[in-house]
Amino acid sequence: MGIEARNIDKRFGDFVALDDVSVDIPSGGLVALLGPSGGGKTTLLRVIAGLEQPDSGTVTINGEDATRLSPQRRNVGFVFQHYAAFKHMNVYRNVAFGLEIRKRPKPEIHRRVNELLELVHLEGFAHRRPAQLSGGQRQRMALARALAVEPSVLLLDEPFGALDAQVRKELRTWLRRLHDDIHVTTCFVTHDQEEAMEVADRIVVIAGGKVVQVGTPDELYDHPADDFVMSFLGPVTKLDGRLVRPHDLELFDASAPGTSPATVTRVVRVGFEVRVDLDVAGSEAWVQVTRDTAERLGLRDGVTVHVRPIEGAVTVAVATPNAPTTDETS
Amino acid sequence: MARWTLRLVALAYLALLLVIPLGIIVNRTFENGAGAVWDSLNEPLARHAFQVTLQVALWAVLLNTIFGVGAALLIVRYDFPGKRIFNALIDLPLAVSPVVVGLALILVYGRLTPVGSWFGDQGIDIIFALPGMVMATAFVSLPLMVREVVPVLEEIGVEQEQAAWTLGASGWQTFRRITFPSIRWAVAYGLVLTLARSLGEFGAVAVVSGRIVGKTQTITLYVQQHFENFDKTGAYAASFALAAIAVVVLLIMNLLRPKEDR
Repeated sequence: MGIEARNIDKRFGDFVALDDVSVDIPSGGLVALLGPSGGGKTTLLRVIAGLEQPDSGTVTINGEDATRLSPQRRNVGFVFQHYAAFKHMNVYRNVAFGLEIRKRPKPEIHRRVNELLELVHLEGFAHRRPAQLSGGQRQRMALARALAVEPSVLLLDEPFGALDAQVRKELRTWLRRLHDDIHVTTCFVTHDQEEAMEVADRIVVIAGGKVVQVGTPDELYDHPADDFVMSFLGPVTKLDGRLVRPHDLELFDASAPGTSPATVTRVVRVGFEVRVDLDVAGSEAWVQVTRDTAERLGLRDGVTVHVRPIEGAVTVAVATPNAPTTDETS
Repeated sequence: MARWTLRLVALAYLALLLVIPLGIIVNRTFENGAGAVWDSLNEPLARHAFQVTLQVALWAVLLNTIFGVGAALLIVRYDFPGKRIFNALIDLPLAVSPVVVGLALILVYGRLTPVGSWFGDQGIDIIFALPGMVMATAFVSLPLMVREVVPVLEEIGVEQEQAAWTLGASGWQTFRRITFPSIRWAVAYGLVLTLARSLGEFGAVAVVSGRIVGKTQTITLYVQQHFENFDKTGAYAASFALAAIAVVVLLIMNLLRPKEDR
């Protein structure tokens, strides 16, 4: 049950968007398709919705082969990054659209639309036009509109991508709670690892048209399949040719088993955290320590320290030469 | 200083080309009083010419509205081989002289051609009759609807339509409930332009109609005939009526148009 996409191939001219991709979305699950832009995750979502036809492969929705079904007959709810609000209709008519198409009786439509507007906290906005709503409100309206037809699957394409940071965080938490309440099988696309980790039960990492790794947020963070997943999911730094999380490194003022000598080149305090840049035998690395540690070790420019990974730290060999090694992930 | 010069030049240009000639027509029209104008417009031949013009124009508008909206959807929403040529062909009527259009239609649909004689055997005259005049008029006004609708379709994008599909709306339901409401003012504007162009068409219609007085004579042909026959009052009155209809149609549409769409 749920959604099964099997061996999906999709090309646009010479560009391979999806290369033999298989993904399972369990019934009632909340799955994130995570990856860099241009990696194929939106194409996969559109293939599941029927908005794109795969060149080969099959899509099964709740046990039914949907590969050749038109989007109208798949009973999916789709939420677009830029809302796709029906501009000439008010909020009420937007949400009622799918029910009107299905020729449901008026009183039922009325009841259901009001329920949904309450669910997305837009009770007082039924008669507004989309143009009179904020971005976050428009996206909640789009969500209510998609949910109105009781879809077997809810698909969201970068649903919070067009919103500012504050609203994005609020809606994230809200989506998670909404899913806990209504349990509709949900799949959303994002390029933001924090969003994926916070909201999803399972994450499918997609890059270069392929599935790189599938797992729970913890599995992915603690056991990344390769240096790409590791660097995409959180901050990393390089020590002795291996990637390691900067908070998985410890510093000593004297040599200890397994440590390498290093020179402090910069100390930056960010709130309670302190970021320490190091020169380890000619290569750069950085360590994240608490303020207490920084003070205890007397960290300043030019001080010599000794660094090693903590016990049980996740490290991954650097395979791809151009894998990101900076902290650009937040 | 430069700005004032520019304004003056623009105003003088409009005055010389548009305002003064139209003003003189209005002036001449009412030289012998409104009664004379009314009488000459009420002559049977004038009334018939108005009827023919209206008939031809309405058919041309109907055909071009259906074809124009369809062609615009095809150009913006679909990819097909030969799309660029199709797109270029739409603009052809702007470049080709209406007289050439008329001649071309006669060469294809005239009584002595295979196509024309086949239609003739079915009892349908195309050239020197209403169908040919509608075709000629539709041809010259063809790009107007398409060129009004295409940019609006491009601007609204495809996502609203796709959202409607995922909500279960068929292609036709999506067009009627989502696409059409978004383009309706472009369609209305295209309609008015097409109508104005069709009412005023002269060259192509002059060739294919045969100018049969009381039968295929449109109002523009009527104006020319009466002007050449020194019936100045009749010619001016009909010209004035033609211009007045165009202005009124444009005004009505601008008044109906909601403020935010202007």
